[in-house]
Amino acid sequence: MTKTQKKIILLSSCIALILGIGTNSGAMHIMEGYLPLGYCVIWGVLCVPFVLAGYFSIRHRLKENRRAVTLLAMAGAFIFIISSLKIPSVTGSCSHMTGTGLGAILFGPASVSILGIIVLLFQAILLAHGGLTTLGANTFSMAIAGPFVSYGIYALCRKLKVSRSVSVFLSASIGDLFTYCVTSFQLALAYPSESGGVRSSFLKFLAVFAPTQLPLAVLEGVLTVIVMIALESFAVKELKEIGFLKKEETANEQEK
Amino acid sequence: MSRKNKKLVLILSIICLLLVFIPLFTLRGADFGGSDDQGSETISEVTGSTYTPWAEPVLEKLLGGTVPAEMETLFFCVQTAIGTGILFFFLGRMYERKKLGRNNSDL
Repeated sequence: MTKTQKKIILLSSCIALILGIGTNSGAMHIMEGYLPLGYCVIWGVLCVPFVLAGYFSIRHRLKENRRAVTLLAMAGAFIFIISSLKIPSVTGSCSHMTGTGLGAILFGPASVSILGIIVLLFQAILLAHGGLTTLGANTFSMAIAGPFVSYGIYALCRKLKVSRSVSVFLSASIGDLFTYCVTSFQLALAYPSESGGVRSSFLKFLAVFAPTQLPLAVLEGVLTVIVMIALESFAVKELKEIGFLKKEETANEQEK
Repeated sequence: MSRKNKKLVLILSIICLLLVFIPLFTLRGADFGGSDDQGSETISEVTGSTYTPWAEPVLEKLLGGTVPAEMETLFFCVQTAIGTGILFFFLGRMYERKKLGRNNSDL
């Protein structure tokens, strides 16, 4: 990252922070028009530093090695597929997964914010799913908060010497769950309940999302592991190039 | 792909299918609505009054009504198709590369 890029990110972070404090802010997809204007703006501004960091990180990576675009496109395509599938769940309602775990593990959480925003735009414009006014809030939950947690958990698991498949599974599924926690929190902030305030409202929204999302989080974890196994089997060269696999490491730990 | 991985992928695929189909068969009467919509209902519940959204989706505004259900399915399919196309195009090329024993050549 160059100095100017760092400065821009720092500056936008400051603005985001100031605005966030100043206003005392106070679904994976929150629907169009369902969030008061003030909150739409705040979440939007909060996303800006992350999206900028993602843009610079992707640009830097592609400049270093243009061929990384293959895996980047595959990670993006994975989000496209996964977030378009509405899956029935044990609660008798449907929900869908995020698919951001794979990208976060491969390219780091910042890059995923760009991939995620593309998907969210597609859905907001063509599908009346999510929305342009709630784009900021949805980006924050699905393309920023979730991936960051995924990335953190993957790094932690690897440090604790958990096997790669299990790490991928945990990171993808917990990231998916966390996305919905953030959505609940965003809704609760905007709509605190009259009796219990934000806290009870948060629990209420969480009670709606969590039971539906739990089996889907497991599903997302499993799917991410499958894609990861495929990549480790056929794309060793690419994985090494982006620094995911160490140079001397074999593709599969199991094969050692 | 090693034999162990093949087995693992097979087992994981079965788990996926079970996760999707078990709710479908055990909860026969359920309508499987979207949980995003449920969220909106909960807003009304929490605030104690029916909430009217202050903006409507772009496409609905342009059409002057809701997007027809079949069209919505179409758009969702297009999204899946784009993703699947890209992902498996590259995976196919990678598979072929390995088959030809040229693991270290560029795609």
